[in-house]
Amino acid sequence: MKTEARVWWTLLLLASAWISWRAMTGGIGVGYEQTLDGVTVPSTATEARLGFAEASGGRTAGIWTAAFLTLAVFSFLYQDNVIYKLSESLFIGVSAAYWMVVSFWTVLVPNLWGKLFPAATQAWALPGTSPVRDDHWWINIIPLMLGVMLLWRLAPRGGWISRWPLAFIIGTTAGLKLISYLQADFLSQIRSSIKPVLVFDAAGNLQWGASLSSSLLLISTLAALSYFFFSWEHKGMMGKVSRMGVWVLMITFGAAFANTVMARIALLGIRFEFLFDDWLWLVDINQERLG
Amino acid sequence: MLHTLQNLDRRWIFLLIALAVAIPTLTKWKPPEVSGQFSRDVFTEIEKLQPGDNVLMAWDYDPSTEGELAPMANALAKQCAAKQAKLYFITLLPLGPQMIDKTVDAVITRDYPDLVYGRDYVNLGFKSGNEGVIKVVITNLRGLYTTDARGTNIDQIPMCRDIKSVQDMKLIVNVSGSYPGTKEWVQYAVTPYKQKLKLVGGCTGVQAPLLFPYIPDQLNGLLVGIKGAAEYEQLVVDQYSPDRPEDRRFDGARRRMGPQSVAHLVMIGLIVLGNIVFFWERKVRLSGGS
Repeated sequence: MKTEARVWWTLLLLASAWISWRAMTGGIGVGYEQTLDGVTVPSTATEARLGFAEASGGRTAGIWTAAFLTLAVFSFLYQDNVIYKLSESLFIGVSAAYWMVVSFWTVLVPNLWGKLFPAATQAWALPGTSPVRDDHWWINIIPLMLGVMLLWRLAPRGGWISRWPLAFIIGTTAGLKLISYLQADFLSQIRSSIKPVLVFDAAGNLQWGASLSSSLLLISTLAALSYFFFSWEHKGMMGKVSRMGVWVLMITFGAAFANTVMARIALLGIRFEFLFDDWLWLVDINQERLG
Repeated sequence: MLHTLQNLDRRWIFLLIALAVAIPTLTKWKPPEVSGQFSRDVFTEIEKLQPGDNVLMAWDYDPSTEGELAPMANALAKQCAAKQAKLYFITLLPLGPQMIDKTVDAVITRDYPDLVYGRDYVNLGFKSGNEGVIKVVITNLRGLYTTDARGTNIDQIPMCRDIKSVQDMKLIVNVSGSYPGTKEWVQYAVTPYKQKLKLVGGCTGVQAPLLFPYIPDQLNGLLVGIKGAAEYEQLVVDQYSPDRPEDRRFDGARRRMGPQSVAHLVMIGLIVLGNIVFFWERKVRLSGGS
């Protein structure tokens, strides 16, 4: 065994021993719940100490499972391994199943069955809905047919039938996006870019900050656009301006990267908070374990 | 030394970042917050609401971005509830309803127990279809939302009776974790109905560069990632909970700015170190060394 592996195994064993000892003495990773008006809700160790709540096996198991899966994902940072693969597969499977069930109950049942067979849907699944059909209820037969055609892909023969609803989806999506991009991103952005370079207030005084901002916007936009203008060779003045466009783009990418770093660090932070607070009880961020 | 730095195992960098995040988390260190223009714009836009105004609360995020977005969602809900607006919660993500429930439990149930479900706030839940949902509800809310998240007929909910479409909303407040999110609300709701609709949002840091061009014409204000959330939290706490500045429910973003700041300093240090190694290596190469 290599020295590096020996060090890691020793650290892992020490951490496991400490966590086991803390767990056996009831010092970490316990979830609590209480019943309010007949409904079981999450609770805190403080409320359990005061006699309002009690330890919950389900919530405790949830905390330990979440901690295990978090560490399993972090283990990829050391190297790829079977525990990471397991957690990855588990995540994908649970997400897909959850998505399917939610879509069934929030889309298929109210928006298709509820429109085609309102009385039956009301009796079976949604007592709050109306049992009366809309005037144009039959129009919902079209999405039903398209849905069936899409699933035909799974049949051994006639797979080409699924191309028709796919063509419909692609066509409508392309149409929707074309219009929205033209309006929101193309025309509106051009209009937003057209601003006075020199900005004056009501008294006629030059606003230096606003003027500098507008000038910078104009110069940066023109420089970045010139980089993508290939009808003129990028030499001389054009070369200098397009070179400046590269700098503008690089600054933009840098800002985007910095924002991405901020987002990732925030995600890491909340996982650490979970491990240190909910699981290991090293800190009490939400003041749930007073006394 | 140069050879060691050139071949530094990336796992040492992972460990360094982990320590940079872990130590401020354990010591609960956080820097003071000063609000920027974007955060103030969001706050000011919501402050303009009058009691009884309809506000669409589009909570388009899920657990993958909850750490970054839940603090701003709580603070946004608090300000809107304090303004006595009628709150219509919807989501375009399957796990969004749980995020709405968490916000309602953390803010409305605890701080505003007088608000009544169906009269002052309602959870219309999730609908599949991404931007297609926005495209429909912008002209016909009832075309998709026949019930609320609890299965109650929308016609039996008092605050929904006079609502025909999203155009009846005074303001759209969107918290956006990914696709679909603020970009789609700008494209399909605000831009075609710019005279009627206003949108303020909060987004992850990753999304922010794509949304900056929409400010201020198509997007009235934007909370950018955890930093924007921290600034906005400070504004809301100063205005509505000055007696409880450290309330844990409205401290999530400010608290997470501690690890954030230290990790950023470490990264800046690593970038500087990387550049030193680069120029050092070039100098050695030009001088004929190996």
